[in-house]
Amino acid sequence: MTGFLTLLYKELLRFGKVGFQTIFAPIVSVLLYLMIFSHVLEDHVQPYPGVNYAVFLIPGLVIMAMLQNAFANSSSSLIQSKVTGNLVFVLLSPLSYREIFFAYVLASVVRGMAVGLGVYLVTLWFFDVPLSSFGWVFVFALMGNALLGALGLVAGIWADKFDQLAAFQNFVILPLTFLSGVFYSIHSLPAFWQVLSHLNPFFYMIDGFRYGFFNVSDISPYVSLGIVAGCFVAVSWLTLQMLKTGYKIRH
Amino acid sequence: MTYAIEVKQMHKRFGRVQALAGVDLEIETGEFFALLGPNGAGKTTLINIIAGLVRASSGSARVMGHDVVADYREARRVLGVVPQELVFDPFFTVRETLVIQSGYYGLKNNGAWIDEIIHHLDLSAKADANMRTLSGGMKRRVLVAQALVHKPPVIVLDEPTAGVDVELRQGLWRFIKQLNRNGHTIVLTTHYLDEAEALCSRVAMLKQGNIVALDSIRNLIRTIPGCAIRLRLSPDTLPPALQPLMISHEDGYYVLALKEYAQLEDVMAAVRTAASTVLEMHIMQPDLEEVFVKTMSETRTTQALSI
Repeated sequence: MTGFLTLLYKELLRFGKVGFQTIFAPIVSVLLYLMIFSHVLEDHVQPYPGVNYAVFLIPGLVIMAMLQNAFANSSSSLIQSKVTGNLVFVLLSPLSYREIFFAYVLASVVRGMAVGLGVYLVTLWFFDVPLSSFGWVFVFALMGNALLGALGLVAGIWADKFDQLAAFQNFVILPLTFLSGVFYSIHSLPAFWQVLSHLNPFFYMIDGFRYGFFNVSDISPYVSLGIVAGCFVAVSWLTLQMLKTGYKIRH
Repeated sequence: MTYAIEVKQMHKRFGRVQALAGVDLEIETGEFFALLGPNGAGKTTLINIIAGLVRASSGSARVMGHDVVADYREARRVLGVVPQELVFDPFFTVRETLVIQSGYYGLKNNGAWIDEIIHHLDLSAKADANMRTLSGGMKRRVLVAQALVHKPPVIVLDEPTAGVDVELRQGLWRFIKQLNRNGHTIVLTTHYLDEAEALCSRVAMLKQGNIVALDSIRNLIRTIPGCAIRLRLSPDTLPPALQPLMISHEDGYYVLALKEYAQLEDVMAAVRTAASTVLEMHIMQPDLEEVFVKTMSETRTTQALSI
């Protein structure tokens, strides 16, 4: 247990020491999104009846920030250690592959939660955001961060260079988050795009997370949770296999 | 009997390159052992397999009786490795690095031992400095310290003195020798054969993934027959009878290779016949470097023949 806790502590210390970049900066950029989109679209869009667009947007932006940062944390930590070679300190130690997995994923969850909470608290200054069920909000935040933390590990292990990781981030993670209903309710989309959105696992995280605030969702939160949990199990299994066999890290 | 390190029929292939071609090696506990060989001979690959950083294509390795794959947690707990590359984590200070490394091995409250290593490796002044700000030699010391945080009975140092200044080299070896006296098994690779000769009791020479020599340094040197002599003569000319024996001639010193000590009589006779006088004479014993050069060139010939 000490080994696992130490690796977790080290991962927390790593992003904590550069907190300005890892927590504060994402909060600011999300607030910029909020200011711009709510200003431009406020009079044109009302996704849920009786809900102001900016207020509708906030939970989406919160979870988007969480997911992106959870992914960024594990993936950038791992690839930095790989490229600079200091991953060897972890690889030489008796830490098991499960301990490595859970430490990295949990650190990602903590960073995602810190960013998400930061965004949420700041927006409370300006908008009155309802919180219908803390339980749903928490469980979707937890599952979403854990899924993206694990996905970050996959990308960090797979990528040999920083630009491969950037490609993964820009061509996979970013489109999936942006096209998942952060900025709109998918009911406003043409039928084809609605079907496509249902194939995007990020859609379920955002829809379920939003349900926790407004008690309204495109589909049942139980279904969403099942799908998100299923994705987490699948990605975790893949990550654990990679770590167990030493794919790209033990040659 | 449990060996500190036991390697059996180790093969490793990287794509089309055969890095290790069936290595068998047993290192007893308490030994001070050197792995020698030219670059690309497979030294680091062998160490990395023992450390679990590289997976063998076939064969097995054990550290203090623990299989490095099946029983990897125990095997890694009894092994400390100083990697060849100068790696460090730029986020942390020296002390943080060592506390974290202890934690990976499940050790809490390791402060007293960490202080001791910091003291012995002369890192006290830099204990709270960030790793980024350290010089190359200092970073090398931290790597050594990291390998020792869990007091491993077996310590492997992969070229620990490459690019390190004399003072640090001496300090480092003093500390490592003390660890060896305290019962730790030491395995090192180095290109400085005089270091290996001064420190180690036994060496293995690797070439192209094979062990081509494995014995105590004394026995290896005994395999080289004869000796070399260094002469200064008056007048400064080498008698013609001795020309075939000459290896070099510099600053008035002739170096001659003798197949056996008895040949000394022939040399003296030739000098007398030429009516010369010996001004100085040194007898030079063969050293590890000679064994190394001979072993590496011999195996080249036999390999050429076998093809």
